[in-house]
Amino acid sequence: MASHLFCGRVNLNILREAARKDLREFLDKCSGSKAIVWDEYLTGPFGLIAQYSLLKEHEVEKMFTLKGGRIPSAAVKNIVFFVRPRLELMDIIAENVASEDKLHPRDFHILFVPRRSLLCEQRLKEKGVLNSFTNIDEYILDLIPYDGDLLSMESESSFRECYLESDQTSLYHAAKGLMTLQALYGTIPQIFGKGECARHVANMMLRMKREFAGSHTQILPVFDTLLLLDRNVDLLTPLATQLTYEGLIDEIFSITNGYVKLPPEKFAQKKQGEGGKDLPTEPKKLQLNSAEELYAEIRDKNFNAVGAALSKKAKVISAAFEERHNAKTVGEIKQFVSQLPHMQAARSSLANHTSIAELIKDITTSEDFFDSLTVEQEFMTGVDTDKVSTYIEDCVAQKDPLIKILRLVCMQSVCNNGLKQKVLDFYKREILQTYGYKHILTLKNLEKVGLLKPQSTMRNNYPTIRKTLKLWMEDTNEQNPNDISYVYSGYAPLSVRLTQVLARPGWRSIEEVLKMLPGPHFEERQQVPTGLHKKRQPGENRTTLVFFLGGVTYAEIAALRFLSNMEDSGTEYIIATTKLINGTSWIKSLMDSPEENLP
Amino acid sequence: MAFVTANWNPLGESFYRKIELYEMGWNLKDGLRDCLVAAAPYGGPIALLKAHNRRSPSARPQLEIFSSSGLPLASFPWKSGMVKQLGWTVSDDLLCVQEDGTVLVYDLLGGFKRHFSMGNEVSQSQVLETKIFHSPYGTGVAILTGALRFTLATNIDDIKLRRLPEVPGLQGAPSCWAVLTQDRQSKVLVASGPHLFILDNTACTPVTPPGLSPQASSIVHMCVSFSYKYLALLTDSGHVWMGTSNLKEKLSEVDTKIKGSPKQMAWCRRPKSQQPSAVVMWDGLLLVVGECKETIQYHLEDDSILVPELDGVRIISGTHHELLQEVPGACEEIFKIASMAPGALLLEAHKEYEKESQKADEYLREIKEQSLLSEAVRQCVEAAGHEHEPETQKTLLRAASFGKCFLSNFPPEQFVSMCKDLRVLNAVRDYTVGIPLSHTQFKQMTLQVLIDRLVYRKLYLLAIEVCRYLKTPEYQGVSRVLKHWACYKVQQKEESDEVIAKAVSVKLADAAGISYSEIATKAYESGRTELAIKLLEFEPRSGEQVPLLLKMKKSPLALSKAIESGDTDLVYTVVMYLKNELNRGDFFMMLRNQPVALSLYKQFCKHQEQETLKDLFNQDDDHEELGNFYVKASYKEQRLEARIAHLQSAVDEYYKAKNEFSAKTTEDEMRLLRFQRKLEEEKDEQLVGFSLQDTMTTLLSVGLHKHAEQLYKDFRMPDKRFWWLKLKALAEKEDWEELEKFSKSKKSPIGYLPFVEVCIKHHNKCEARKYVAKVSPEQKVKAHLAVGDVEGAAEAAIERRNESEISTVLSRCSATTDHLLVERLNRAKATVPKKGSSITFTDGTLQSRRLLQEQRSERKRGYKLKRSCRP
Repeated sequence: MASHLFCGRVNLNILREAARKDLREFLDKCSGSKAIVWDEYLTGPFGLIAQYSLLKEHEVEKMFTLKGGRIPSAAVKNIVFFVRPRLELMDIIAENVASEDKLHPRDFHILFVPRRSLLCEQRLKEKGVLNSFTNIDEYILDLIPYDGDLLSMESESSFRECYLESDQTSLYHAAKGLMTLQALYGTIPQIFGKGECARHVANMMLRMKREFAGSHTQILPVFDTLLLLDRNVDLLTPLATQLTYEGLIDEIFSITNGYVKLPPEKFAQKKQGEGGKDLPTEPKKLQLNSAEELYAEIRDKNFNAVGAALSKKAKVISAAFEERHNAKTVGEIKQFVSQLPHMQAARSSLANHTSIAELIKDITTSEDFFDSLTVEQEFMTGVDTDKVSTYIEDCVAQKDPLIKILRLVCMQSVCNNGLKQKVLDFYKREILQTYGYKHILTLKNLEKVGLLKPQSTMRNNYPTIRKTLKLWMEDTNEQNPNDISYVYSGYAPLSVRLTQVLARPGWRSIEEVLKMLPGPHFEERQQVPTGLHKKRQPGENRTTLVFFLGGVTYAEIAALRFLSNMEDSGTEYIIATTKLINGTSWIKSLMDSPEENLP
Repeated sequence: MAFVTANWNPLGESFYRKIELYEMGWNLKDGLRDCLVAAAPYGGPIALLKAHNRRSPSARPQLEIFSSSGLPLASFPWKSGMVKQLGWTVSDDLLCVQEDGTVLVYDLLGGFKRHFSMGNEVSQSQVLETKIFHSPYGTGVAILTGALRFTLATNIDDIKLRRLPEVPGLQGAPSCWAVLTQDRQSKVLVASGPHLFILDNTACTPVTPPGLSPQASSIVHMCVSFSYKYLALLTDSGHVWMGTSNLKEKLSEVDTKIKGSPKQMAWCRRPKSQQPSAVVMWDGLLLVVGECKETIQYHLEDDSILVPELDGVRIISGTHHELLQEVPGACEEIFKIASMAPGALLLEAHKEYEKESQKADEYLREIKEQSLLSEAVRQCVEAAGHEHEPETQKTLLRAASFGKCFLSNFPPEQFVSMCKDLRVLNAVRDYTVGIPLSHTQFKQMTLQVLIDRLVYRKLYLLAIEVCRYLKTPEYQGVSRVLKHWACYKVQQKEESDEVIAKAVSVKLADAAGISYSEIATKAYESGRTELAIKLLEFEPRSGEQVPLLLKMKKSPLALSKAIESGDTDLVYTVVMYLKNELNRGDFFMMLRNQPVALSLYKQFCKHQEQETLKDLFNQDDDHEELGNFYVKASYKEQRLEARIAHLQSAVDEYYKAKNEFSAKTTEDEMRLLRFQRKLEEEKDEQLVGFSLQDTMTTLLSVGLHKHAEQLYKDFRMPDKRFWWLKLKALAEKEDWEELEKFSKSKKSPIGYLPFVEVCIKHHNKCEARKYVAKVSPEQKVKAHLAVGDVEGAAEAAIERRNESEISTVLSRCSATTDHLLVERLNRAKATVPKKGSSITFTDGTLQSRRLLQEQRSERKRGYKLKRSCRP
C-alpha cells in the first residue's frame, strides 16, 4: 500500500504511520457511525496518508463535500468536518450547523488541518455555533510523505503567500513540520540556508527547539544536514520547460497529489480482453510513484533517453515470457508461474508508459515546442536578452496561451537581471492589449515577486552567476548523463547547483555569487545530545534534507536523485517542499483575475 | 537479630507487628482529647482542630497542621463557622466541612485556596455527618444532612452534586454508614438497626451480608478497606463480620466479646495477604481480628486515632506514631524463629561470614544444593524494602549482595532500584520531613506524586536531590520542581522585582522545559505585573506569553511576541483583540509599526472587509495599492459608468504613485470601453469587456475595417501585430480579395511567409502561391515547401548555397520520383563551403548561436521515439 515509502534511504513510512495513528485516534474519539464533510482541497493530500478503507474501519459511512446549506441527510451519529482553518469555511460550517434538523440532532466535530486556529474558533463563537461541537481538534499534517525520498506540504499557494502577500503562515507550518520530522528522525545537526524565508524558518526552528527543550527524543540523527532554499533564490529554473520524463508528464498533463489524468484514447485498445467496449470517455487516472519499478527507472531520465529504455525493457519482458518454452520440468514451470503476476504487472506498466511516451512525443516533436525551447535556451545562454524577442512578439500576435507568454517574458527578465524599461513596457502593453486589461494585476504581481522587473542601474550579474555555477553545459549527454544539466538538456538548475556546491567544496568557494543572489545565506548548528553523535563508517554517505520553500519541480528532484546516485557524490538527498510545481502552475498561482470575484 | 521479632504477635497463620514511626514532636496538653483530627493517608499531614464544638463565638479554636512526625506546618485561629469534619484531598489540600455545608479548602501550609458549597438542601437542613473519601476520580465528599438524606460529590475539583434516594423507614441518624466505590460509581452503604441498604444514584436497595450471625440486632460500626474491595461490620453483639464489599462472600466472623461501641474500626490488610483482618479501637484498647477465634490485644494509654493505609494501619496518639501491619511475607520467611527459608539461611550465612566462620560455607551450600540462592537473594532484597530500620535494611542488603557473588547472570536491577528507593524513603521518613512512607505505598503512589508532596511542603531542595539521584528526566523532575519553587518565590512580597527576576532566571537558566508564563501568571495573580513582564522575557515559547500579556493589557508587547513566534494565527488573535480594544486610529497606528501584523491584517481585510482595506492604503498613502483596489472594484460593477468611474479613480491614484504606465494603460482601457459601448449601440455587436485584440478581430470579422483601422491608430498598436491580426481575420473570413489588397497596401512588417502559411492553413494553395514570390530569400525555401513546390524549393536552396536548407529539401524528396533533383541537390551540397572554415566567429554570442543551431537539428532527430518498444 505504501511500498514506495520504504525504498528510500530514510524510511518515510514512519512519518506516514505516525500520521495514520493520529487520524485513527481522532476518529475513535467520535464514537459511533460518522460522516465526514470535506474541505475539498484536503482530499488530495489526505489520499497520500489514508485510503477510504481506513476511514471505513473507523465507522466512516458517508463523505460529503463542504458547501453551504444543509448537510445531506445520513443516518449517522456524528458529523465530522475536515477543514483548513479559513474564515470563509467557518461561515459555511456555521450555516451547516444552523440548518441542522433539530429533531434528529447529530454530534458535530471539527478537525482542523494542519492546525487549530483561535481566529476560526472566535468566528464560530460569533456565529453562535461553537458550543455545538463535541470535539474541536487539530490534525497536524505538515509534511506529507509523497515518495521514498520526497516530502511535500501540498500547500498550493505558499509561494504567493510568502512573496506576494507577506503571509508566512506556510513557513510556520514548514518549521513545525521540520520539528515533527526531527522528533521522529533525530535532531539535524547542521542547518544551511539561503534566502529570507529560509532564514525565517531556521529562526523558528531554533526557537521551537528551545521551547521543547528537555523533551527531546533520544534518537540517532538520520539526517546530517538540512538545506533550506528559497524559491526566489532561483526563479529561473521553474520557468524553463522540464525535459525529464516525469517533468514532461507534469508540464503537459500536470500531476496532482501523485496522480495524473491522461486522455483516454491512447489507452483504449489495451482493454481488448474486455470485448467490444466503447472508447472510454473518462480520463485515465494513473498513480505515479517509485512503487512502479519501470517508472522509478525512467522517471528521471531525459525524455530523449526514455525511448531506448522502454525498448530495452520490452525486450527483457518478452524474453522473460519466452522462458516458458524453456521450462521443462514441473519445478521450472512452477517457478515460471509464480513469477507470472509480477511479469504481467511489468507488461501493463510498460504498455502504459509507452502510451504516455507517445503522447509526449507528439508534443515534443512539434515545431511549436521546439521553437519555444530554442528561445528558452537562447535566454538561458544570454543571447539577445536585452531586446524584444521576435518569437515572443509573434506568439502574442498569434494569441498563444497567456501563461506561455508570461513564462517566456519572465524568463527573459530573470536572465537579464531585469528588462529595459522600454522593453518591459512594450511587453506589458502587448499583453494587456491582446489578453485584456484585466491582467494588469497579474503583471503587477509578477513585478512584486521579482519575476518581472525593470533593469536597475546595476550590472546584469546573470552571466557571472551562470559562468561561476556552470549553469550552462555545452556537451550535455542526455543518454548517459554525467552532469545534472541533462534534466534541461543543457541548463543545470541553479538551486541544485547550490546544493551540489554545498556538499563539495562548500559555499565558501562561491561567496561572491551567493551575495548576488537575493536574501542572506547562513549556517546554524544544533546541539546533538552526547552519545548520539553519528559514527560514520568509511564510505558511508551523508544524508541531506533539501527543503524548497515555495515549491520544487520534478526536474530539480531528478537532478538531486542523479546526485544521490552518482558514484562518488558522498551525499544522498531527501527532498522536502511546500508544493510540487512547474512553470505553468507556478505562474497560475500568481495570477489575479478580478472578474472571478463577481458576486 | 533476635530482637526483630520482639514486636511480632501471631494471629492465626500470620504475624502482626507494631513499629514505632515517630515520637511526636508536637506538645499537646490534652493529647487528642476533644480534638477534631484528620490525617492524610500515605504518611500525609495531620490537621487538628481543638475544642471545635464549643459554640461560644468568643473562643476561637486554633486550627493546626502538623507533619506526620508532629512538626508544625501551620497554625491559625479558626474564624469561620462550625466545622463538622476535616479531611485531606489526594493533592494534600485540607478540606473543612462546615455545619452549613460550605467546604473550605486550604493548602498544606494553611493558605486559603477556595471554598464551595454542597448545595442549598444541605445548608438548609445542616450537616449531620460527613465523610471524605478517595476514589480513582479524585477526592469526594459525602454528607448526611439533618433531613437524613445523603448528598455526594465524587470529585471536588469538578463538583457535580448528587442527592441520593431516601432510606425507607429511617427515623433517626443511622447507626453507621460508609462510602463505597463500585462499578465506577460511588455508593453509600447505610446501616439502620439490623438492616443494611445500598444507595446509588437511582435506588435504595436493601441488602443482607451473607452469614451474619443471628444474635446481632444492629450494626454499630462498619469500615471499608483501602481498595474498596472488602467490608467489615461490627454488630452490637460484639461480632466482627468480614467479607467482600459487594456482599457476596463472607470471609470470616469473629466474636470480640466486647459489646461497647468502638471509637474507630479500620481494615488492616496488606495486598496479597490471604487473611482478612481489621483493627477495632475502643477507649484504651486496640484489637486485631482475623480469621481465627483469637485476637491480638494492645493496650492504649492515650487517646488515639487510626489512619488506614494500603498495607496497614497507622496509630497516632498524643505522644506516639506507630504502624500496625501484618508482617510481610518476605520478612516473615527470613526472621521467623527457626525459619529454614532460603533468605533466612542466606542472612545466617552472611552473619557467619562476617564472623569469619566456616559455617558461612555450610549455609551457602545448603541453599545452593536446593538451587534456591537467587530466591534467597530476592527474599533478602524484598524484606529490606519492608523494614523500617536502616540498620536492618543494610544487614539484609549486605546479605543479598553477598549471595549475589555466588550467582552468575543474576539481574542486578531489583537490587539497585531497591537500594535507591530505600535511600529516598529513608530521606523522606526523616523526622524533619515526616513522611513515613512504606515501600509498598511508595510504589503505589509513584515517584511523581512523592515529588509533588515534597513540593507542597516547599522542600524544594530535597525534591531536586531526589530527582537528580533517581535520574528522573529533567522535564518531569528538576524542571518541575524549579517551576514550583519559582511560583512560590514570586509571591514573596518583601523582595523587589529585580531581585526575584534575577534569582529565578539564575536558578532556572539551564533547566529544560520551564514554563515561565506559568510563573509569570502566578506573579500577575499576586499583583506583580512588572515582575510578570520581566519573567515573561525568559519564556522561550512566545505563544505562551501572548494570552497573559493580553490579560495584563500589554497589547503592544503581546503583538510583538506573537509575531516573534511566527504563529500567524496567534498574530491574528492579538490583532482581532486590538481591533476591539482600541479606537481605529490607534489600532492603525499600532499596525503600522508592525509590518508583519499589518500585512496579515490586510489579507484578512481583503477577504472580509474591503472598505477597511481602502482605509489602510489611504493611511499609508499607498497610491499604487489604492489604484489596484479601484481596478478590482471596477470589475465588481455591472454598470459601465460606475466601472469607468472606478477606473478614473485608479488613474488618479496611479498618477499620484508616479506609475505612468499603469495610468496610461488604464486610461486606454477607459477609452476602449467607451468606444466599445458606442459601437455596441451603433452596430449591435457584443464588445464590452473584450481586449483590444479581440475587439479588432470581431470588428474585422464583421467587415468594420474602418473602425478597426481607427483603433489600430488610436491605440498605437504595433504594426506587426496589426498585420498578423488582420491577416488571420481576413483568412478566417476567406476574404481573399481583401487579403490581397491588404498585402499590397504597403510592405508587410511580418514578411510574406505568414501569408503563405495562413492560406495553406485554410486550405487555399492557390492563394498561397500568390505570395511565394514576395517572400524574402531567407524564407523562400520554407515558402516553397509550404505550398508543396519541391522544385522551387530546391532552386531557391541551391541559389542560396545553404547546406542545411539543401538538406531540408532533400529530406522532402523521394528518391524514386525526383532522382534528378536529388542528384542536383547533392552536387550543390558538395560545393557548399564547409561550415566553420570560411566563417570566423568574432564573439561568443555568435558561437553559442551556432551551437544552438546545431543542437536544434540534432534534437529534432533525437526526439524520434523508437516505435519498436510497443509490446
